[in-house]
Amino acid sequence: MFVGLPIVMLLCASVSGESGFGLANFQRFLTDGLSLPVLGRTLRLGVETSAVALVLGYPLALLFVAAPPWLQKPFVLLIVLPLLTSAVVRTFAWVVILGRQGLINETLLTLGVTGAPVPLLYTEPMLVVALAQIELPIIALPIISALSAIDPRLHEASLELGGGKWGTLLNVTIPLSLHGIIAGLLLVFAASCSALVTQSIIGGGRLIFMPLYIYQQGMQAQNWPFAAAISLVLLVAVLAVAATLNAFGRLATRRLHV
Amino acid sequence: MSNLSPSFRAPTHAALRARVDHWSYVIVVGGLGAIAIVLLASPTLIVLITSFTSAETLRFPPPGFSMRWYQALISSSPEIVAAALVSLKVAASATIAAVVLATAAAIAIFSSKAGWARIADVVLMSPVLLPALSLGLGLLLTFNLMNVGVSLTTLVIGHIVICFPFVLRTTLASLAQINPALEECARDLGAGGWRTFAHVTFPLARGGIAAGAFIGFMASFDNVAISLFLADARSEVLPIRLWDLIESVLDVRAAAASGILIVATVALMIAMERVAGLSRYVR
Repeated sequence: MFVGLPIVMLLCASVSGESGFGLANFQRFLTDGLSLPVLGRTLRLGVETSAVALVLGYPLALLFVAAPPWLQKPFVLLIVLPLLTSAVVRTFAWVVILGRQGLINETLLTLGVTGAPVPLLYTEPMLVVALAQIELPIIALPIISALSAIDPRLHEASLELGGGKWGTLLNVTIPLSLHGIIAGLLLVFAASCSALVTQSIIGGGRLIFMPLYIYQQGMQAQNWPFAAAISLVLLVAVLAVAATLNAFGRLATRRLHV
Repeated sequence: MSNLSPSFRAPTHAALRARVDHWSYVIVVGGLGAIAIVLLASPTLIVLITSFTSAETLRFPPPGFSMRWYQALISSSPEIVAAALVSLKVAASATIAAVVLATAAAIAIFSSKAGWARIADVVLMSPVLLPALSLGLGLLLTFNLMNVGVSLTTLVIGHIVICFPFVLRTTLASLAQINPALEECARDLGAGGWRTFAHVTFPLARGGIAAGAFIGFMASFDNVAISLFLADARSEVLPIRLWDLIESVLDVRAAAASGILIVATVALMIAMERVAGLSRYVR
């Protein structure tokens, strides 16, 4: 009820306007030339962040599963710690790393690679890296549970039969942990599309993404109907990507079992 | 065992290929995994180190160390302390309410498996997939329609929505581990529904409830999106206060506040691991 009612309210608000009921707010979103690029940038951010998080998170999960049992408990806590620390704190860490006098710039200056600080904050690539780090736990955890469920004898059999390390990874491990990968990608995608704080602190004022756009229209411009329409567009876009990924996962898994 | 593979090349060549295969795998997977581990831990450590800086700026590495920013935080930042108190109050009330509601919901779902399981699934997934900002705006519109102005109460209600799924998830997980024979025994021995719950079900599910309450509390304490829409001017929460500090002036007091939050989180996490076996419920 707490979840359903607000969405119904969003729906009602988005079709209402000063001139009565209608799809004017959605029409504005599609035609004003400002909103669509914001949506595109947000979805691109989600895709790029998910990709970077997967490239780091999958090896992390492989290491976790290979670790001896006594090491696994501290390992889980290491993975969970960033998840429990406040998002503002985690984002703040990246301000310290990326700032003009931050870790990276001080290192580059000391090494003489650059003469002046490189602008890193407020750039999209660095936002992707920071978000990927912040979301790393939520992609690693589902992959870890998928990997732990694989029978280790399959792995051994593939190696014994000459599959090699890479061959085993590609033909045995990845297909069998595909549902974990999909679940993790989904979570990271959804989280990075709506990471208001990180987007606006690391991205700065020039890079506007959907969440800030909703907030600006809703609270600063007090245009609730349009803000509701933007919310719904974001919601539908995220759910559509989620459904596509899920369908792909189901298809791939079915092929695997035939 | 590479002689089992149908290779017609010279054995030395196959051995070389196996070695290249092995080492390239170890280097790439081990390397990326190691980078991931460093990335997981280092930002937290960097914030901790920065919070002890003696300088006026967020230079890293700091030119010297001092406690001055912690002193500034405690002695001359009443607005940050006030925001922290609001956050604690909201998170604690929301968690308590969410625990009561979610435990009841979990037991209801668990004892009537049929259609409820699907609904529970949707509820469990919704907060992670739905952008919290959309939820916040939707709640604000709902309150507005009911002619309820934003206040501490609306803020707490919004945070209950954030907490609820976390408690529900871990409670369902721990209910699933209870041997149903134990509850049957209690009933057969004459205990009523409430007594069975109080003496059998609850003690056995306590770990899951506690783990969920902890994760839900942290999620609520951390939440910005809901608070932006549902708080009145007097009840500013800590993450929004800190966000302001970081965005406007890069105030070093933000590092000190972050340091306190990090230490508190680690301490709570270790305590919860001891008490409730937290790591069992996050996987």
